[in-house]
Amino acid sequence: MERDEIFQKVQEVLVDALAVDEDEVTPEASLTGDLGAESIDFLDIVFKLEQVFGFKIEQGELFPDNVMQNPEYVQGGRVTEAGMAELKRRLPHADFSKLEGDPQVTRVAEIFTVDALVNFCEAKLQRAG
Amino acid sequence: MRWMWIDRVVELVPRERLVAIKNVSLAEEHLHDHFAADPARDLPATPIMPMSLVVEGMAQSAGILVGHASGFQEKVVLAKVAKAELERDPTPGVTLRYTATIQSLTAQGASTQGVVEMLDHANPGAGFVRTGAVDLMFSQVDHNMSGLEFPEHNFVFGESFQTLLRSSGIDWPGA
Repeated sequence: MERDEIFQKVQEVLVDALAVDEDEVTPEASLTGDLGAESIDFLDIVFKLEQVFGFKIEQGELFPDNVMQNPEYVQGGRVTEAGMAELKRRLPHADFSKLEGDPQVTRVAEIFTVDALVNFCEAKLQRAG
Repeated sequence: MRWMWIDRVVELVPRERLVAIKNVSLAEEHLHDHFAADPARDLPATPIMPMSLVVEGMAQSAGILVGHASGFQEKVVLAKVAKAELERDPTPGVTLRYTATIQSLTAQGASTQGVVEMLDHANPGAGFVRTGAVDLMFSQVDHNMSGLEFPEHNFVFGESFQTLLRSSGIDWPGA
């Protein structure tokens, strides 16, 4: 499946799950900051991606859990080096350049962009062959 | 039996589908306020079951279906109304039928699709007529709250739900 087609399907999923307009779903839009996603929406997005692409997404695979609550990874409201390494290990599909410049924990949500979702789906589809 | 918006479960296919009915009755007190007569505007009383309670009826139907999948061990909480399209007012004397189907189900939660139908007893030959759709998302909160803790007892599936299932002829798991 071509990347354009993957983007289009991700866009449809987000329009449906978040009740946003198609033109709001740009590659750089963040799910929470720009598109207004709340916690339950992430589960909704996971379910819808599974249905659209036919692959299975394990818990924490797309949106990792138990990282931000770990004192080794977050100290004084900032993501530690160990935390950054852990996030990168678990989220190879995300772009960390902005977060690395200003690793405030409140900015972690910004790495969950539409582009990161497309990267994730592309990699899953490639692995599935 | 408080806050129960279905009268009976008529079909349960575990982890797949649940069908429930609700008989709308003029004996329900809220119908006298929704809507009361307004003499100042020369409007007569118009008893209609609020659509929000139709959504709640579907949430209870789908919630039982999701809860049954884990033997009612999980605290299943309505987290999102993904879609609610309801086209006809339920008036006293009609029977609503809720058909909830599981779309996705994991340890964290579930998404369900629901069809609402109405039987008008003044026109029984027409049978149940589709009047809308209510799609929902449920969270199994003990798996989702990032460290927040909830009481150990299951505050969702209490005695009212147990009574409903028992009177519908469905065994409560472990009972």
